[in-house]
Amino acid sequence: MSKMPSFQISRRFLRVWQRNYVVYQKTWKINFLTPLLEPLFYLLAFGYGMSALVGKVPFEGEELSYVIFITPSLLAIAMMYNAFFENTYASFVRMYYQKTFDAMLATPLSLHEVITGEIIWGATKSLIATAIMLGVVTAFGLVHYPQALFVLPLSFLAGIAFGSIGMFFTGVTPSIEAFNLPIFLFVTPMFLFSGTFFPVAGLPGWAQKLAMVFPLTHLVNATRHLCLGSMNADVFWGVLYLAVFSVVFFPLALVVMQRRLIR
Amino acid sequence: MNKVMLHVIETRNLRKAYGDFVAVDDVSFHLLPGECLGLLGPNGAGKTSTVRMIYGFSPMTDGELQVFGLDIRTDWRAIKARIGVCQQENNLDPDLTVIQNLQVFARYFDIPKAAAKAKAGELLHFIALQQRQKDTVTNLSGGMMRRLVLARALINDPELLILDEPTTGLDPQSRHQVWERLEELRANGLSILLTTHNMDEASHLCDRLIIMDHGKILVQGKPSWLVREYAGRDVVEVVNPSDELRSFVRTQPFMHDDLGRRIIIYGQEGEELFERIGRHFCKDDCIMRMATLEDVFLRLTGRELRE
Repeated sequence: MSKMPSFQISRRFLRVWQRNYVVYQKTWKINFLTPLLEPLFYLLAFGYGMSALVGKVPFEGEELSYVIFITPSLLAIAMMYNAFFENTYASFVRMYYQKTFDAMLATPLSLHEVITGEIIWGATKSLIATAIMLGVVTAFGLVHYPQALFVLPLSFLAGIAFGSIGMFFTGVTPSIEAFNLPIFLFVTPMFLFSGTFFPVAGLPGWAQKLAMVFPLTHLVNATRHLCLGSMNADVFWGVLYLAVFSVVFFPLALVVMQRRLIR
Repeated sequence: MNKVMLHVIETRNLRKAYGDFVAVDDVSFHLLPGECLGLLGPNGAGKTSTVRMIYGFSPMTDGELQVFGLDIRTDWRAIKARIGVCQQENNLDPDLTVIQNLQVFARYFDIPKAAAKAKAGELLHFIALQQRQKDTVTNLSGGMMRRLVLARALINDPELLILDEPTTGLDPQSRHQVWERLEELRANGLSILLTTHNMDEASHLCDRLIIMDHGKILVQGKPSWLVREYAGRDVVEVVNPSDELRSFVRTQPFMHDDLGRRIIIYGQEGEELFERIGRHFCKDDCIMRMATLEDVFLRLTGRELRE
């Protein structure tokens, strides 16, 4: 009986997704407000305030205006934040304080379905936020279609990758305060150094190598190419990197949650 | 009648160990269809660990466990679909309203939307909460929450209801409300397994009781039989007993507990003996009363604090 149970996932994980969707709908106006206003604030501050200082940014032999440069970064950061925070703080509250998972486990759902439903929900939030933000930056004429449409499926994949790693931290964190650690050591460095606000090439050599490990670097890069209207090998490598990242961290999240909750 | 449904639950040498600590130690019992079986025991006796294995929450360490004639290790999903569970904590969904708690929970059982809606309405009526269906659950009182947890456990029309301390922390009014609902369910033939450390609850609701301690079953039987067998019919409690009474009691065949400040004497048939004690040894500080389940419980599980 001590052997690890095999992964037990059926389409029932959608029931868990639906539960979160019902809750989300109750406050959709507030939920929509952040992705609607956030890009506006950033574009105002960085795009118009900073671009006078920054001038043009070199990217793949082109000279981009700073606004054009950071628009894909804002989308990519939103994908990371929405999924990561959903599957850390929000999932932890449901698991630890509200005992929502315990109640679900007294039904035909398996723990793996509960966790899968949570991660897919995190990815869905990433998709919703990205769609709204894409609408905003489109209104400013900052992205190229039809390539930019591929940002939407990309946001879902990125949501699975960042949600899985978030859920992994939820499985091992001793308390809700301890999330500060992965945020400080993992999320914030990515936010700053993943080619988001300046090109990775601006970093010293060793830091460039480190930045290439960050999934956000690959996500920003792929998103940038798509927003600029190019569908090339960099997009493919970005997708591949996120897929591999998900393939590693999704099962890992299931394992640590199983160890945490099934006693 | 189908052979496999002879027993709703059947366990043989069921064990649960957490590392070196054995929470449930070779427990064997069964639950008959339509029966209300109570697991009674002090905190840490292994009641919750036992029921958690039965509703597929905790993997068992060793032994046999069948529910509806199916093995929990392989057929957990089919079993869980036919069980209703009230866990110890009120883990209602605070992000949802009263009615949504039932409807969203129904989805976990794949109950179609229309059927779930009808069932939720019926259950709200059953627990007298129709008026509050749009309320968030955090606005409900403790008793209302407990009734809603009960309703939620019934959403899938279970064949077996498992209740883990269903009335702990409730005021007497709310407790009786819950009991009434449970009695009605029992009268309708629902099989019930409940854990409790409330003696009233156990004798009130249960056809049969299992008294557990330290992960083992001490005794099992009908409440009235347990009382007769382990505490007799009548009880005399003598406060500040005299030495004469002490030595008298020791020479007599009846059961007694000497607590120092108090002697509790359990009498089987002995009305004469009791009269003698009353005449010779009691001034004002004697209480004669019926033996209760609490006497049985304390005699079997001891009087030390469990913390």
